[in-house]
Amino acid sequence: MDYHSPASFAEASALAANATGTTRFLAGGTDVLVQLRSDLVTPDTLIDIKKIEGVSNIEQNADGSWTLGVAVTGAEMSEHTTLGQDWPGVVEAMDLIGSTQVQGRATLTGNLCNGSPAADSVPAMVAAGVTLTVTGPDGARTVAVEDIPTGPGKTSLAKGEVVSAVHIPARGENGGDAYLRFIPRTEMDIAVVGVGVNLRLDGDTITEARVCLGAVAPTVLLVEDCAKAIIGSTLDDTALEALAEAASAACNPIDDKRGTIAFRTEVAGVLAKRAAKIAYARAKGEKA
Amino acid sequence: MSKFHVTTQVNGDEVEFLCDPRETLLDCLRDKLNLTGAKEGCGTGDCGACSVTVDGRLVCSCLMLGVEAEGKQIETVEGIADGDVLHPLQKKMIEYAALQCGICTPGILVAAKSLLEKNPNPTEEETRYWLAGNLCRCTGYDKIIRAVMDTAADLREAS
Ligand SMILES: Cc1cc2nc3c(=O)[nH]c(=O)nc-3n(C[C@H](O)[C@H](O)[C@H](O)COP(=O)(O)OP(=O)(O)OC[C@H]3O[C@@H](n4cnc5c(N)ncnc54)[C@H](O)[C@@H]3O)c2cc1C
Ligand code: FES
Ligand code: FES
Repeated sequence: MDYHSPASFAEASALAANATGTTRFLAGGTDVLVQLRSDLVTPDTLIDIKKIEGVSNIEQNADGSWTLGVAVTGAEMSEHTTLGQDWPGVVEAMDLIGSTQVQGRATLTGNLCNGSPAADSVPAMVAAGVTLTVTGPDGARTVAVEDIPTGPGKTSLAKGEVVSAVHIPARGENGGDAYLRFIPRTEMDIAVVGVGVNLRLDGDTITEARVCLGAVAPTVLLVEDCAKAIIGSTLDDTALEALAEAASAACNPIDDKRGTIAFRTEVAGVLAKRAAKIAYARAKGEKA
Repeated sequence: MSKFHVTTQVNGDEVEFLCDPRETLLDCLRDKLNLTGAKEGCGTGDCGACSVTVDGRLVCSCLMLGVEAEGKQIETVEGIADGDVLHPLQKKMIEYAALQCGICTPGILVAAKSLLEKNPNPTEEETRYWLAGNLCRCTGYDKIIRAVMDTAADLREAS
């Protein structure tokens, strides 16, 4: 295994483009090292992106949007004084990952690019409308988070492409987001279902919504029917029921000892309702 | 396979070692620096027996490569006592009999010390969540939690 710690994304991209065999980028390493130790994946080339300048920065731009470096850890996101006020759903989703020790290392980008359908931060990022800068051999492009995963362990990133920044939109007025997951334990477990909801209100009425489900299909799902079910409503019982139905209808889950198909499908509806209520309360400025 | 020359600080002392890039920080601490306090319980980030701090941040040393330690400041359980004088957390762990086999203890001590540095007045719930990544198969956790809470109270009084 060759280990590199390039000083720029262009260099990281060139290293990956010219590498043969299996290449991995090293952010927090909480997936890469587990796979290495268990002999699942031993990269031929490992490219540590943490020595690149700015990768640990959390910055709010003049328009209110946020730019996060790709090595920012879950702990750094939770400790930030204002990021969590704007995007509590994104921060709480990241915070659910692993233990204190894992939080000290794990990143949003690693969680996404590892390609697990149950990755906790991904539905929250998709609901929030997060985009990424991806640096490749031909320069940089911007990609929506939902366009990255293509199946379990697979992404749309081409050879030589590396995620170089994470962009969270400006929160704007009267908006709120939330993420909930179901796990059989209270800590340290993999989501059986995860739901991210992000919405905006005009008075009491929902004018914009994005609902994203995790762990119920080979990739996370941005479910348009869920958004339609609540847009134009005040999140009354009829809208909530329609939301739950749309969420359950979108599910195409696996069946395993941690959750049967029937269970995951039902829970997706229940969590969608609960997450929507929290996002709604947050959009109204209530603490939830 | 080329080896990497790593210079880092462990418990305040500058140290150097040569490592293969596949070796974890835990391997390097135990096998190259003879600091065998950190234990390998699982090697996959689940048990916390390998806990150390890196630049003040609590991490699993089994989930970090030795090469990543270059230029960092690492604290292990060996640095907690002051010579022969035990740290208050160590004394309380003994007083409360908060260990049996002791495999989890170094990790618990490092993690609990890191908690009290960040939050001198944690609630029991905060303490339990903070230590959720430190598994103990022997004690049932209660004595550990009480030892940490009691140490926190003593340290607050002393300061
Ligand atoms: C004990 C434990 C508990 C966990 N619990 C959870 C949990 O509850 N929920 C959950 O979702 N996950 C969990 N995980 C998995 C893991 O911690 C997360 O997926 C984490 O966010 C991965 O981030 P990382 O920075 O450590 O990624 P790394 O391991 O560094 O990288 C992961 C993948 O992303 C790729 N990658 C990293 N950076 C880039 C980049 N800039 N550009 C392109 N590709 C990149 C790498 O090539 C690799 O394939 C857990 C892991 C452990 C060990
Ligand atoms: S050995 Fe590192 S967490 Fe178990
Ligand atoms: S004392 Fe044996 S594992 Fe904790």
